[in-house]
Amino acid sequence: MKKLLLKKEIDAFRLKAQTLEHPREMVVDLLRAIQDHYGWVPDEGVELTADILGVTPIEVEEVATFYDKIYRQPVGRYPIHICDSICCWTRGGEEIAAYLQKLLGIELGETTADGLFTLLPTCCLGGCGRAPSIMVGQRFHGNLTSEGLEQIIHELRAEAGG
Amino acid sequence: MSRIKSPAELEAFRKEILAQRDPDKPCITLCSGSACNATGSGKVAAALELEIEKQGVTTEVVSRRTGCHGFCEQGPIVVIYPQGICYLKVQPEDIAEIISETIKKQKIVERLLYVDPNSGERATLEEDIPFYKNQKRLVLGSNRKIDPRSLEDYLAVEGYQALTKVLFEMTPEQVVGEVKDAKLRGRGGAGFPSGLKWDFARKAPGDQKYVVVNCDEGDPGAYMDRSVMEGNPFAVLEGLMIGAYAIGANEGYIYVRQEYPLAVANLTVAIEKAEEYGLLGKDILGSGFDFTIKVHRGAGAFICGEETSLLNSLEGKAGEPNARPPFPAIRGLWTKPTNINNVETWANIPMIINKGAAFFSAIGTESSKGTKIFSLVGKVNNTGLVEVPMGASLRDIIFKIGGGVPGDKKFKAVQTGGPSGGCLPEGLLDTKVDFDELSQAGAMMGSGGMIVMDEDTCLVDIARYFLAFLSDESCGKCTPCREGIRQMLKILTNMTKGLAKEGDIDLLFELAEATKGSSMCALGKTAPNPVLSTLKHFREEYEAHINEKRCPSLSCKALIDFYIDPEKCKGCGACFRKCPAEAIEGGKKRIHVIVQDKCTKCGGCHEACPAAFDAVNILSGVPVPEATPEEARAIG
Ligand SMILES: Cc1cc2nc3c(=O)[nH]c(=O)nc-3n(C[C@H](O)[C@H](O)[C@H](O)COP(=O)(O)O)c2cc1C
Repeated sequence: MKKLLLKKEIDAFRLKAQTLEHPREMVVDLLRAIQDHYGWVPDEGVELTADILGVTPIEVEEVATFYDKIYRQPVGRYPIHICDSICCWTRGGEEIAAYLQKLLGIELGETTADGLFTLLPTCCLGGCGRAPSIMVGQRFHGNLTSEGLEQIIHELRAEAGG
Repeated sequence: MSRIKSPAELEAFRKEILAQRDPDKPCITLCSGSACNATGSGKVAAALELEIEKQGVTTEVVSRRTGCHGFCEQGPIVVIYPQGICYLKVQPEDIAEIISETIKKQKIVERLLYVDPNSGERATLEEDIPFYKNQKRLVLGSNRKIDPRSLEDYLAVEGYQALTKVLFEMTPEQVVGEVKDAKLRGRGGAGFPSGLKWDFARKAPGDQKYVVVNCDEGDPGAYMDRSVMEGNPFAVLEGLMIGAYAIGANEGYIYVRQEYPLAVANLTVAIEKAEEYGLLGKDILGSGFDFTIKVHRGAGAFICGEETSLLNSLEGKAGEPNARPPFPAIRGLWTKPTNINNVETWANIPMIINKGAAFFSAIGTESSKGTKIFSLVGKVNNTGLVEVPMGASLRDIIFKIGGGVPGDKKFKAVQTGGPSGGCLPEGLLDTKVDFDELSQAGAMMGSGGMIVMDEDTCLVDIARYFLAFLSDESCGKCTPCREGIRQMLKILTNMTKGLAKEGDIDLLFELAEATKGSSMCALGKTAPNPVLSTLKHFREEYEAHINEKRCPSLSCKALIDFYIDPEKCKGCGACFRKCPAEAIEGGKKRIHVIVQDKCTKCGGCHEACPAAFDAVNILSGVPVPEATPEEARAIG
C-alpha cells in the first residue's frame, strides 16, 4: 500500500516540530506534504498530523476541511481548478467549465474513471489578464479556448501514459 | 561571496556589481510572470539562450528574465535596453530575427511593435505605448528591470539602501514618523494610515512582536500583489524589515495564497539569498538588528485575507475571523502585538525611506498619497496592471491607458473594490481614485481590482455574481453574514430568472442593512455593497427585471428569447448549421424558425446570422411572435 509520507519526511517534520515554539503552525504544511505524496488526505493522514504536532485529530480535521485546496477525498492525478471568478465568468468561463465536463464526461466535483482528472471550481486564480483560466495542480493556463483545453488534456494524458 | 558585515561592505559590493555592468550594453529582458509563463515565455527564454549562443553574441548582450511588466494582454513581452525597444506577443520563432536585426544591426522588427488600434500607428519604445505612457510606475517600475531571484539586480537598483539608512541613521520613532508624514495608507483595502498602525504596534507592551505580509489577494479581478511578489520580492522583504525595526519585531511571516506558486518560489529564493549574504538573520549589517522570516502558504480560502482570519490560519487553526477589538497591533499572532500590511503597502516603504516623506506625499490627493496599482480587466482593450498617481480619474485609466471598450460596444459600468466594492456608471467616470472619493461615490478603492463592463453586462446579474461568491466564501461563523448573504442571493437569483416579486427591492434594502450592521468582520459588513451600489445607480434595471420580467442588457438567459424575423431571414442556413441543440427548422430558400422549447439560448444563431441580414433578434419582456406556419415559409 502507498505510504502517507516517507519515513524520512516524517522524521524531518518531527524534528522541526521540536524546534518550533508553536508546532501547530505547520499543520497545513504537513497536510500538504501528505497530499503531495499520497494524492489526498485520508483519516490516517489527519491522525498522523495530529500525532506529529501534538494536537488532537479534531483540531487538524477542523483545518483540513476548512480549505478547499486540501483534499479530504480522493482526487485524480491532475486536479483541474476552474476559475469561476468575475473576469473568467465574463469571458466565457462557464463555457470552459461546460466544455471540460463534456470532454471528460464528468461533472464538477467528480473524477474520471481512469483516475486522471478531477474537476473543481475555484475562486480567482489571479490570472485575470488572461481570462478564462484554469490551474492544473500548480500549473496555470490562461486565455483558454476549446482547442487549447483539448491540447492541455491531450498532453496530460500523454504524460500520464508515458 | 560571504556575509556582508557593514554598510561599507554593502556599498563596496554594490559598486563592484555596477562596475561590472555596462549601461550601454544591450540587455534583452523577457517578462516571465505567471501570465506570460502560461503563454510560452519559458519557450521564448530557451530560444533566446540558444540564439544568443548560435549567433555568437554571448559577450555582446545580457539577457534577463524579469517579473510581470503588466501588459498581460500582449505577452510575452521583450524589452531591449538601453533604448527600451518593446516587442509584444513574442514567440520563439521571433527570437532569431530580434537578435540578427535589432541586436546586430540596430534595426527594428516592425511586426512585433505595438500598433495603436485607433490610429494604426506603431510605437517602438515602451514609453511611447499609451498603456505605459500614462502611468507612473514607482512600485511596479523595477519589475521589468530586474531578475526577481537576483540579489545583485536588486542592489543595482538601490536595493537595501533604505534598510541601511534606517538601521544606522534613524531611530524606530523616526521611521514611524517618516511613514506617518508620507501619509501612506494601506493598500489592502481599508486604507488605514500605515504609520499610525505601526505606532500602535510599536507602543503596545510586549517584548515579542511580529510583522506580517498579507499576500492572500483573493479579490476577484485583482492580481497586483501577485505581480509585485513574483517580480520584486526583495522590495517586499526590505519594506518588511524596515517595519520590523520600527515596531521592534524580530520575526516576520509572509502569508501567500496557494494559488500563487511562482510567488512562493521567487520569494523563497530571495530569502535564501538574503540569508546567505547576511541581509537576514543575526546582526544584520553589523547593526545588532536580528530578523528571520517564514513563508506560510495558504490552502484556498478567501476569508484568510482578512487579518484576524489570516492570523488564525498562521497559527494552524481554521481561518475564521475574530471580533475586533482587540486589534492585531495589540493582540495578534499568538496574542503578541502584530503589524500586518498588504504586499503593495510594504513595497512602498523602501521608496518612502529612500526618497523621503515629502517626495511621496507630494504625489496624489489631499487624503490619498502616492500611487496605486490597479488590475484593469473585463471589457477593456488593454487589460493589465496599471500604476497611477492617486487622483487620476477613472476615465483616464479606462480610456487613456486601457484604450476603452472593445468592439463597438458602449461602456456601462466599472466595478472597483472587489466583492466589497461597487459599480459606478458613466456619469461618475470623472471620479478620482482616492480612498474617500471612491467611497463617497458608492464604490471603494479596495485592493485594486478594476473591472470594466460594457452594455451587454446585466448589473443585477453582476450583483448576483458577487453575492454568490461571498456566499461561497463566508466562513459561516456569524449568522448575519451567513444568512443575510444567502437570502439576498436568493432574491437576486430569482430576479435573473424572472421570478421576482413586487417588494423585493425593499426586502433587499432591509437585508442589506441587517447584514451590514451586525456581521462580525468586514466580509459581511461590506457584502451588501455590490447590491446597494447597483441599486443606487442602476435601479431601473432591477425594476425592469421585477415588473416587466425584462433584462435590459439582454443577458439573463431566463428572460430572453431568440427569434428570427421572417421579414429579414434570407434562408441562408448559417444559423441552422451553428445551432448545437437542433432547435432551428430550416430548409433551402425557406424562412428559418427557432423552436422555442428546444432552444438553449446559447446565442450561436445570433452570432452566425450575417450582419447584412441581421435577422436573429433577442427579445426580452415581450412574447415571442407566433412562428410562420410551415406552408408560408418559402422565400421568393
Ligand atoms: C474579507 C476580507 C478579505 C481581505 N482580503 C485581503 C487580501 O487578500 N489582501 C490584503 O492585503 N488585505 C485583505 N483584507 C484586508 C485586511 O484585513 C487588512 O486590512 C490588510 O491586510 C491590512 O493591510 P494594509 O493596512 O496594508 O492595507 C481583507 C479584508 C476582508 C474583510
